[in-house]
Amino acid sequence: MLRVETLSKSYATPQGPATVLDGVSLEVGAGRTLALMGESGSGKSTLLHLVAGLDAPDEGRVFVGDAEMTGRDDAGRAALRRERVGLVFQQFNLVASLTVADNLAFQARLAGREDGVWTARLTERLGLAALTGRYPEQLSGGQQQRVAIGRALALRPALVLADEPTGALDETTAETVMTLMLELVAETGCALLMATHSARCAARLGERLVLRGGRVDAAAMRAAE
Amino acid sequence: MTFRWTLAALLSHWRRRPGQAAALLAGLALATALWSAVQALNLAARDSYDRAAALLGGAATVSIARPEGGDFDQALFVTLRRAGWPVSPVLEGRARLGERTWRIVGVEPVTLPPGAALASLGEDAGPDDPAALLGRPRGALATPETLEAVGAGDGEAFEAGGLTLRAAARDGLAPATLVVDIGVAQRLLDAPGAVSRLVAPARHGRDPSELAALTGGRLAQLEASPDGDLARLTDSFHLNLTAFGLLAFVVGLFIAHAAVGLAFEQRLAMLRTLRACGVPARTAALALLAELACFALAGGLAGMALGYLVAALLAPDVAASLRGLYGAPASGELALAPAWWLSGLGMTFAGAMLAAGSGIWRAANLPALAPAQPLAWLAGHERRIRAQAFAATGLLMLSAMIARSGEGLVAAFAMLACLLLGAALATPALLSAGLAFGAARARRPLARWLWADARAGLGGLSLALTALMLALATNIGVGSMVTGFRDTFTGWLDQRLAAEIYVRAPGEDRARAFEAAAPALPGVSAVLPTRTAEIRLAGLPVELLGLRDHATYRARWPLLEQEAEAWDAVAAGEGALLSEQLARRLRVGLGDVVTAPGAEGPWPLRVVGLHPDYGNPKGQMVVGLDPLMERLPQAERGAFGLRVAPERIEATMSAITADPALAGVEAIDQAAVKRLSLGLFDQTFAVTGALNALTLGVAGVALLASLATLSAMRLPQLAPVWAMGVTRRRLALLEFGRTMALAAAVAVLAVPLGAALAWALVEVVNVQAFGWRLPLHLYPGQWALLAALALGVAALAAAGPVLRLARTPPARLLAVFAQER
Repeated sequence: MLRVETLSKSYATPQGPATVLDGVSLEVGAGRTLALMGESGSGKSTLLHLVAGLDAPDEGRVFVGDAEMTGRDDAGRAALRRERVGLVFQQFNLVASLTVADNLAFQARLAGREDGVWTARLTERLGLAALTGRYPEQLSGGQQQRVAIGRALALRPALVLADEPTGALDETTAETVMTLMLELVAETGCALLMATHSARCAARLGERLVLRGGRVDAAAMRAAE
Repeated sequence: MTFRWTLAALLSHWRRRPGQAAALLAGLALATALWSAVQALNLAARDSYDRAAALLGGAATVSIARPEGGDFDQALFVTLRRAGWPVSPVLEGRARLGERTWRIVGVEPVTLPPGAALASLGEDAGPDDPAALLGRPRGALATPETLEAVGAGDGEAFEAGGLTLRAAARDGLAPATLVVDIGVAQRLLDAPGAVSRLVAPARHGRDPSELAALTGGRLAQLEASPDGDLARLTDSFHLNLTAFGLLAFVVGLFIAHAAVGLAFEQRLAMLRTLRACGVPARTAALALLAELACFALAGGLAGMALGYLVAALLAPDVAASLRGLYGAPASGELALAPAWWLSGLGMTFAGAMLAAGSGIWRAANLPALAPAQPLAWLAGHERRIRAQAFAATGLLMLSAMIARSGEGLVAAFAMLACLLLGAALATPALLSAGLAFGAARARRPLARWLWADARAGLGGLSLALTALMLALATNIGVGSMVTGFRDTFTGWLDQRLAAEIYVRAPGEDRARAFEAAAPALPGVSAVLPTRTAEIRLAGLPVELLGLRDHATYRARWPLLEQEAEAWDAVAAGEGALLSEQLARRLRVGLGDVVTAPGAEGPWPLRVVGLHPDYGNPKGQMVVGLDPLMERLPQAERGAFGLRVAPERIEATMSAITADPALAGVEAIDQAAVKRLSLGLFDQTFAVTGALNALTLGVAGVALLASLATLSAMRLPQLAPVWAMGVTRRRLALLEFGRTMALAAAVAVLAVPLGAALAWALVEVVNVQAFGWRLPLHLYPGQWALLAALALGVAALAAAGPVLRLARTPPARLLAVFAQER
């Protein structure tokens, strides 16, 4: 479902170009989950951004299903993201002026694929049925993250990208949110690529990939196994 | 689908923040309202001028008249008709009927050029019009409103000047105008056998050079219609109104810019989310544009409605000013063409784009990974105000350069625009510098925080504060100009109205009778007759005023400059006193010679003095009464001045009224003339005063809108201070103090700008627009009052947000920490 081939990215800094990703390749099949681990600055978020088409790589290619994300212009990348990729951020990134119900359906509506039955089921599963008329600022962190997960899954994406989805939550809430996300990902059969610092969260995913200095750290991966 | 839901998400922001939406709508509506009100007033007045100009066919006809101006004998009309010229006589003048003076237009309906005959009447001008004028009793065509003012309904008979006339309503006519048969006009205007001009079809097919031979050089085809004078004379008045409208428009845009800028910053996170959910940058920008168009349409329509209301309220005053100042036939009724609606809405859209363009541009170029940093604009504020300070310096220098070397009214307004814009751009820099100065000297921690916080928050408030500063400076500048003008005008009236009683007699016979009887009236020590003639000098309409040589004028007539023995030269018919504006327009000074037309040939006159003649749109030239009668025997009777001992004024007035031989003679004492003149003056500037007050009101709304929208964003700055032990009440008081201190600083900045504005208006704009220079008066008391008003406006604007802050539940302040990223 997701194929990343030798992806590289560097940014200009006053000290000269800084390489953030250096030839990273990976693959996540449909219904599979992969945890992306590594220290801060190891390139996890950059990799997610490049996969989502929020930024363009210097080298390498990204395929979501049979469609190539790289090589498209901004509008093309946005269209592919809208159609096939659900994003979950650490800070939830809900639209503050929309209700829970509208936030949940938002990306599916943008893609023109709103499915009322599926959205209602998601709402139920996420425990948000009583909160649909509320605004994000009236929700707790855990509730907001559940809305964000619902928004990502409401369009039945091919790929879900999650960037530290439990980073802003307490341990118990994080457990609950992780459980829900994994159940729903399994139910939709999409691929999940999740960046996380938490070994405990990573352990719950099918596969793990460790980044260090922008490269895949094979030794660390063996140690983690 | 993507566009629709993107737009829905963007609009949801305003649903959640109705106050902010109201601020944006208010900004756009107020900007549009004052602009469109001024345009409606200008359009209505110009429509009146056009109707007056088009009464006799406008461009379809040409005028044949005396090149030097004035009426001529109708025998010349007969001569030209006999020679085959398709001319028709017209007599124009002003006559008092009842309480008001009306423009009388006498036409000869049978000979009026085809296609030009009362062409402006449109569909109402049927073949019945000649009949309407010539029937018995004679007809008088006028608009229904004019007839109502005359006191006659359509088809009813009414008395005028001893004649019985039948009223005939015609919608298309110019206001305050009665169209009658020329015979009737000659009686109403007491001008038997006189004709003002002849009209002929524009393509009359005759050689204009024949005219000289046929009329003995007395008549010529005029290059421009005399009606065009009106538009030229009133241009400066309308330009002044337009300048005010534009200023209010700009102040309104400040509100819109503040609201849109704030909303854009608040929605940076939303824009990032939209991009993450697959909305292309271009779609986001298009949705922002559509959102802006919705606001512009709603604000524009509301503004147009409000503008119509303001214009309807001000229209009677504007019309009275135009009638009083220029004798313009303004009706005070609004005539709103589709162009007015379209141009008004066009201005709203253009203004909205100007106010929000930068935000939309940034959205279109926003990287998908741009960090959502609310208050990022505040972070960049320091950099921006440095750039603004540079631009302000350049504009102020440019303004000074134009003041030194620019000429004409457009240059004068360009100078004002540079001055105001430069000052507006300099305001944030000056306030920031003042706050930095204060912060550097503060010792106590809370005071240091307050100064620093005020400086950090300046970015959000600077636009509203600038708007307040501009409004305040305009009020100071225009207030100083108007009050100074009024003081000068009052002093000038005291000198100029030398006689104690002024008398007008209807017709030559009554005038002769009065002149004979006047010396015997009780208490009269001198009778001062006057005569006037309308002439043209260098194409400009000029009133030639003949005064009797008398000690009264020598002692009291106000003169700005004079030669020695000036009055002797005037009495001898060798010299003339020119009004200041005429001398300026003719570019002549003392010792120069101007040549007036005389019946027997040119009349060279040396300029021996210049006198102020405020409020007179026409140039005036004072000559001796006897020389005037020698050179221009057809000069009309003017008012008589009577010198009377002050304690005998009432007795003299009563004697004039009681004498049956003087029936119809109107007398008015000096005090009443002054009252009327000052009343007219105040009415003229009532419009300026109203626009001034409205501009200040708009600035108040700008401040209120900014404070209201910023108050919610202030919580993250205030919550930590509250958490450290400063009570909400104290914080609210500090917030209030901060706003008041900034408003006070703005008032201090507005004073020098207002004084500069007053100088520019008095020394440059007035001279260019009206031709007269006034002494510059400054009124510190008025400034203090305005500063107090500004502080009041600021206090009112700050009260709501401050009270809300004082009552903010602790839970909301705690939420700041819970949601902090």
